[in-house]
Amino acid sequence: MYKSLLIDPDKCTSCLQCEMACSYEHEGVFNPAKSRIKVFEFEHGKRAIPYTCTQCAEAWCMHACPVEAITKSATTGAMEVDEDICVGCKVCTIACPFGTVNYNQDTGKVAKCDLCGGDPQCAEACPTGAIVYVDADWTGLERMKQWAVRSDNREAARG
Amino acid sequence: MSWQGRILRVDLTEGTHRVEPLNMEWANAYLGERGLGTKYLWEGMDPKADPMGPENMLIFATGPLTGTMASTSGRYAVLCKGPLTGAIACSNSGGKFGAELKFAGYDLLILEGRSPQPVYLHIVNDRVEILPADEIWGTTVWHTEEHLKAKHQNPLLKVASIGQAGEQGVRYACVVNDLHRAAGRSGVGAVMGSKNLKAVAVHGTVGVRVKDGKRFMQAVKETNKLLAESEGRQDLTANGTDSMIDMMQEWGGLPTRNFCEVQFEGTDKLNPAAMQTPNEHGHTNLITNKACFGCTIACGRIAHIDPQHFTIVNRPQYRHASGGLEYETAYAFGPVVGVDDIDALTFAGYMMNEHGMDPISFGATLAAAMELFEIGAIAEKDTDGIALDFGNAEALTVMAEKTGKGEGFGKILGMGSKLMCEKYGHPELSMTVKGQEFAGYDSRALQGMGLGYATSNRGACHLKHDVFTEDMEDVSGNGKAKPVKESQDRVAVIDSTGLCLFTTAAWGVPEFAKLVDAACEGEWDEARLTEIGERTWTLERQFNLAAGLTKADDTLPKRMLEDPVPTGNAKGKVAELGKMLPEYYEARGWTREGVPSNETLARLGL
Repeated sequence: MYKSLLIDPDKCTSCLQCEMACSYEHEGVFNPAKSRIKVFEFEHGKRAIPYTCTQCAEAWCMHACPVEAITKSATTGAMEVDEDICVGCKVCTIACPFGTVNYNQDTGKVAKCDLCGGDPQCAEACPTGAIVYVDADWTGLERMKQWAVRSDNREAARG
Repeated sequence: MSWQGRILRVDLTEGTHRVEPLNMEWANAYLGERGLGTKYLWEGMDPKADPMGPENMLIFATGPLTGTMASTSGRYAVLCKGPLTGAIACSNSGGKFGAELKFAGYDLLILEGRSPQPVYLHIVNDRVEILPADEIWGTTVWHTEEHLKAKHQNPLLKVASIGQAGEQGVRYACVVNDLHRAAGRSGVGAVMGSKNLKAVAVHGTVGVRVKDGKRFMQAVKETNKLLAESEGRQDLTANGTDSMIDMMQEWGGLPTRNFCEVQFEGTDKLNPAAMQTPNEHGHTNLITNKACFGCTIACGRIAHIDPQHFTIVNRPQYRHASGGLEYETAYAFGPVVGVDDIDALTFAGYMMNEHGMDPISFGATLAAAMELFEIGAIAEKDTDGIALDFGNAEALTVMAEKTGKGEGFGKILGMGSKLMCEKYGHPELSMTVKGQEFAGYDSRALQGMGLGYATSNRGACHLKHDVFTEDMEDVSGNGKAKPVKESQDRVAVIDSTGLCLFTTAAWGVPEFAKLVDAACEGEWDEARLTEIGERTWTLERQFNLAAGLTKADDTLPKRMLEDPVPTGNAKGKVAELGKMLPEYYEARGWTREGVPSNETLARLGL
């Protein structure tokens, strides 16, 4: 059973702990420029929104790769880039409709979220719960619960 | 490791730059940011130099923990000789600029000389360009940031810039980064303007490495947990620093109407509850909270102004969200000028950020102008026809904009309270130390705070010491010298790490030592850090003495020393500086004239 990153922009403060955790996990350095998750700010900081790969089931990047460097992890469901195979052609960066596969000039390879092998460090680092790692079938569960409680009018009826 | 080991030195007169290795002997003795910047300033310039002349240096300094995963790691400091005070100036800021400068591969950016024409710096790692600023000179901070990101096609650029206030030499102009974070105090933005430097735009992709990654991440986890669980942190997240307005109101230490009073009738219109409650139009001031780089506190406020409010009803360009009220802005646009209109305060805050000015100094200067107006020393003929009555919200917002743009009476307000009050023959109405305006705490109601104001190396400031607990336990000046001295040293080293003072909601020096020791080459413990704090403080003092300041500058305004506080917990008290100051000098190992003794200098390796 796979899990997914669930992002709630409402809780994001734009602290970038996620970007540092990601770059440290993958590159051994604190460097948001090398993070596979990015936080975007809009309207003078009114909104901050983290965004990363959602691990498409039929992944454009995987299908586009001419050398089959991108494969689906059997344990996490993440589309993973094998750097030994990747030739840095960047076709996957064109194929991805969401922009979440990007080229790394330092390595000559592409980089994308790999869910840290099942222990995503961005979710671990997030101080506000804006990024959590949950059952992939039930990313809507918490939101359903919030609406469920509103649909029950018995409390109101009891006055 | 943790330091980048590199400095970028720019000669603006010649239009040249060079990268040089960080002096590691100095880094080991002063750590980074405030301490290290002070050392470079001390070694690099004549303290007697004209602050607005080309011989003044301007240093942007990060700390070793800037850009790491330690909470609040976004801090950097701007240092120079301050035009407001003639003393050393060191203002730090959060946002994301400081970490970006570090990611580009530099610990410090040192700016020397004066460019013959307006320029800005564009830095992408090793590529450094000094480019003409004709297109942005004369424009606002907000426009400058937007323009540079578009021009360089780089939304990831981080920009620190000055507005018109800095260009025109407003003596409390600041350097603003990331739209609404600022190196706010002592006029560091005016010095940047005097160098014809409009902005520093930087993008860095080098990153920061630490000495022992595993131990550092463990230390981050532990210190983050402490912070997450602390009540002080929770209050900062929920309410920002504005909670202090209720506390100071209750205590009776809230400067009101130019420090004539210490309690203000309008605090319930300006406190965190007011920010979070819809007004009669259904408009709520606060939108959300916001973090600086790496910060797990997120005390920053993002607010917006009621579109029906007089300040913006015909100015839709200000309907967007932006930085909202913090305690010091609430004090400086609220009680001290007698205004309780939260939208007017928020608009004045927008003006400060957009034009690049220190809200504390602006508000306190306006408060002094209002008292000058009240006693008849100035009149509407001097003030562009605007009645500077205490409580006049329109006077606040109009003067904020005029000062930012250098128009009319705004030019006078831009001189700062000390020069303005001298100009009109009433120096006693200026609530300043060494020419810098008071922050939002009355120095009669909080005695240690008063001693801190009097002895702060950059003039009156609430952020260079921390004795709230002692001040609220005892309203007298007894026993305040030692905790003031010790907290000054502690704050000085925290300001040298690259982290934010607000972490002290949960952390003491041992927590900083744990992080620094895991991140930096060498061995770092509490004692070593505390000594660095004391060394830094003492070197700042040496700079000021060399600049010509004396014991006579370690004083408070007459009102604080002679007029008893009218209400509150400290009712009847005056600042007991005469008693505290000699004790303070003694605690510091300074002579009775306030000069560090030879033994003290030797002990600190100075």
